[in-house]
Amino acid sequence: MKHSLLAAGGILGVSALLLSACATEPASSDDPVTITYSNFTSAGGNEENLQTIIDAFEAENPNVTVDVTTLPYGDYFTTLQTDLAAGTVADLVDTNYDFFPQLASSGSLAPLEVTNPESYRESLIDAYSVDGVSYGLPSSFSDVVLYYNADLFDAAGLDYPTSDWTWSDEMAAAKALTDAGTGTWGSHQPVSFYEFYKVLAQNGASFLNDDGTAVAFNTPKGIEAAEWLTSKSGTVMPTIEQGQGTADFDTNLFLEGKLGMMHSGIWVFGALAEAPFAWDIAVEPGNTQQASAVFSNAVGVSAASDHIAEASAFAEFLTSSQTMVDVRLDSGWELPPTSDEDQLAVYLTKDTPANRQAVFDSLDSIALTPLVEKGQQEMQDIVTEELIEAQAGRKSVAEALASAEERINAVIG
Amino acid sequence: MALSTVGITPAETITTPQAGGVRRRRTSAGYVLTVCAFLLPSAIPLALFVLGPMIAAAWISFTEWNLITPMEFIGWANYQSLLADERTGEVFLHTLQYIAGYLPLVYIGGLALALALNRALKGRSLWRGIYFLPVVTSWIAVAIVWRWLLNPNNGVVNVALGWFGIDGPGWWTDPDWAMVSIILASAWKDLGFVMVILLAGLQSINPDLYDAAKVDGAGPWSRLKNVTIPMLSPSTFFVVVISLINGFQVFDQVYAMTGGGPGGSTQVVVQQIYDLTFRYGAAGEASALSWLLFIVILAVTVIQIIGQKKWVHYA
Repeated sequence: MKHSLLAAGGILGVSALLLSACATEPASSDDPVTITYSNFTSAGGNEENLQTIIDAFEAENPNVTVDVTTLPYGDYFTTLQTDLAAGTVADLVDTNYDFFPQLASSGSLAPLEVTNPESYRESLIDAYSVDGVSYGLPSSFSDVVLYYNADLFDAAGLDYPTSDWTWSDEMAAAKALTDAGTGTWGSHQPVSFYEFYKVLAQNGASFLNDDGTAVAFNTPKGIEAAEWLTSKSGTVMPTIEQGQGTADFDTNLFLEGKLGMMHSGIWVFGALAEAPFAWDIAVEPGNTQQASAVFSNAVGVSAASDHIAEASAFAEFLTSSQTMVDVRLDSGWELPPTSDEDQLAVYLTKDTPANRQAVFDSLDSIALTPLVEKGQQEMQDIVTEELIEAQAGRKSVAEALASAEERINAVIG
Repeated sequence: MALSTVGITPAETITTPQAGGVRRRRTSAGYVLTVCAFLLPSAIPLALFVLGPMIAAAWISFTEWNLITPMEFIGWANYQSLLADERTGEVFLHTLQYIAGYLPLVYIGGLALALALNRALKGRSLWRGIYFLPVVTSWIAVAIVWRWLLNPNNGVVNVALGWFGIDGPGWWTDPDWAMVSIILASAWKDLGFVMVILLAGLQSINPDLYDAAKVDGAGPWSRLKNVTIPMLSPSTFFVVVISLINGFQVFDQVYAMTGGGPGGSTQVVVQQIYDLTFRYGAAGEASALSWLLFIVILAVTVIQIIGQKKWVHYA
């Protein structure tokens, strides 16, 4: 056993030497190189759009081949962590804003020399930098808006939602649209962490205290926000027992023409393209103020990659090339992270939905995901679990928030 | 399907302890080599995929590690925090609740099936095949079907209950019924496995015993109680040991049916190990919990092996 361990150690040592020798030797630009890219952002409908961008990159860089792996969002981060632990991580990987700090602080990502920082939206490129050094390039961003079925509004004789709507406007319309006879529901909003920090902001409350060491939502305003989120279930929104909370439940119900309004991200545009009724979007209603959730994704180059230069070049192409901008705007695959507002103007001219201006108006008042140094995922899981307890009526909203406060402070403190 | 082979193997496994000592004295070098050659194909994967990871997990359990940053040695801290954490007790309690519901159900159901299919019955092999099918079906497929069957709103079970005027429960959406849902699906899936083992046990019972019992005037119930059940005890022992080990390790069905919810009501030990490792970046604590689970399973199994002398009868 001891001998074989020594032998294994020896082999590892030799291969490490060989690997480092490979890494330091500058690769000739003509040598064919294959880089691997692991992503979740194209999963579920945009695989071909990603391939279009890759084809364009390979045409410009004939010596580089991009080998792409696409995983569903739900499996992606588990796989990424396992790959990092096993040393089998791809040269280029996707990340989102929530997971980025963990990835960057672990030393898993190579620092990037960005040749064209001015072509990215400033807030986005900053979001993936640590002390002024980029460890990721933003690849897309999206926000959450209020979708509405215009035909249902017409039938009920209601005015369409506008960007000035408040919670009470939404609730009044939702009640008018809900019809048990036809199985039509007024408004759907997921009961989860990602909705909660946003409705807190919409009510002038905040999720964390100023220095991020404890939660700050267990206040009258916080309880009112949680009440707003959990009280729809069973009145203007189906209950969990009726299927609420399962994957794509809201999108499917909306597509069936049985949902008046839904709070969802602009990534659903594609899925709603074939809807057999008129629909549009508006900025999400607030209570004391408006606040919208913005999500962004980025790509980072693995620090362990043997092809950092090639992977960085592809990362830049994937996040700032004209091809990428065209593909994304054409297909409505979220929004390109470009700083060029003129390019985004094209986006506004496309129809379905007509009110695309709401996508940009939502950016005027953003609720950022609360981030903590330790226990991010557990914090998110606790919030969602406790809110669902309140939604199902097993706890009062006040009890649920008090319990969430106690549990989360024990984790993040 | 080669059910007959499947049926025979476990019976032989069961009788092994009894036949164990027969060839003990042959220890020539050639004989040892031959034995090793036969053991090697299973010993290598066992070392690579079981012993290796176990030792690695023991090491990881003394570190703080989130899979992506370097490990940091912290001694017994993971074990201390686990033992102080009330959630550890909860996940073991949920696991025991699962076992308490699952084991009697799967044993009694499996025994009833085995007794039924041990008789001369038209299409007997076909029935055995049908009842064994769930055993070889993927848990993910089974979980999806059972979630649908037990859908509180429009699932088959609640619709059928409605015909009798019964308002069905919320099943996997209700913390009081979620574990019941998992137990029902699990018992249904494993019924065929228990049936096959017990069937093999039934077939190895000497028919003379039944004839003798009949001569003595024993009725069907008495024959079951005084011949079948005692003679089946080695198979029963095997089923109980295996089911308890599998029960403590319950995971796939929980992951696929409830993910530990609602409200953490089905959070079992292995689901907690999974969450700690892959959701909460606490692979060290998860490894420590794995070792605690291993110690519990080992202790339970040793107690059973010691206890079997009192109730297991090898013919």
